[in-house]
Amino acid sequence: MYYVNGRDLYKKHCQNCHGISGEGLENLVPPLTDTAFLKTNKYRLACFIKYGIEGDTIRVAGRTYDGKMPANEKIANIDIAQLIVYLTNSFGNSHGMYTAEQVAVDLEGCNKGR
Amino acid sequence: MKFLQATFGIFISLIFFTACKQQTRLPILGPRETRQVKAPDGTVSVDTIYKTIPSFSFLNQDSLPLTNDTFKDKVYIADFFFTSCSTICPVMHRNMKKIFDDYKNNPDIMFLSHTIDFKYDTPSKLKTYAKKLGVDGPKWQFAYGDKAAVYTIAEKDYLVAVMEDSSSPENYVHQGWLVLIDKHRRIRGSYDGTDDKQVAQLIQDIPVLLAEK
Repeated sequence: MYYVNGRDLYKKHCQNCHGISGEGLENLVPPLTDTAFLKTNKYRLACFIKYGIEGDTIRVAGRTYDGKMPANEKIANIDIAQLIVYLTNSFGNSHGMYTAEQVAVDLEGCNKGR
Repeated sequence: MKFLQATFGIFISLIFFTACKQQTRLPILGPRETRQVKAPDGTVSVDTIYKTIPSFSFLNQDSLPLTNDTFKDKVYIADFFFTSCSTICPVMHRNMKKIFDDYKNNPDIMFLSHTIDFKYDTPSKLKTYAKKLGVDGPKWQFAYGDKAAVYTIAEKDYLVAVMEDSSSPENYVHQGWLVLIDKHRRIRGSYDGTDDKQVAQLIQDIPVLLAEK
């Protein structure tokens, strides 16, 4: 259920930029297929999804990205959890379950000032 | 008898080829009007005046003048976007980039993306965007101009709706048409750049237009 809902949420909120297969867009949008990046940064994904990324560079799949990812502060924790389940179990990733409780913990640690 | 058959065969294939040619010619879109033309010998005939893209003057991603001359004798695909758009633009440009890559070595086709974010998307911003998309070069031009010029040419000439809208999260709203322009500045097709089927149609139509004399 998490996975299927996550797929719908992905389509609605993420797919335009990140692509139907998580391929990203050249040097504008990072791909979601870098399994090592997702593994290392799993606990930052909730922050990325809710507050976006701006003024920061991230290195994904051997490329540096310095663009802005839009925030989506209205998104519910349960939706973030479903999104994380979908994208960490698609595009070559397989990380298993993620819960809204874990998302709430992750969000405590976000650097919201950006 | 054989000769007759052969002649008949050629005749039939001529009909076929002519028919095919007419079917595959792309339509000329937009409003049109007629004009009476008087020939030197006094006879009067009627000419059709098709809608054409008027003269324009913008700056490109290198802050150099960008005019119709840049696209002289070229087929080009035009669209309207802005660099911070995260809704339809990435989809449009993902599709455009595929076409760009397919025609990388064909000098007869070019690309023209106008920004509608006249506040933020200065030429240097467009340059960064072009570099990141991997299309920085003369083949894909990015146009920067004042609001009146860009919005007018969008709506009146390329027939693409664009507007500034402070109620939308990204401040601008626009349509995702990819507009196919021929060597005579006429609109020959308009395709939703976010719709896979319509993009596939565009990909089919480009060689048809390029083959036109």
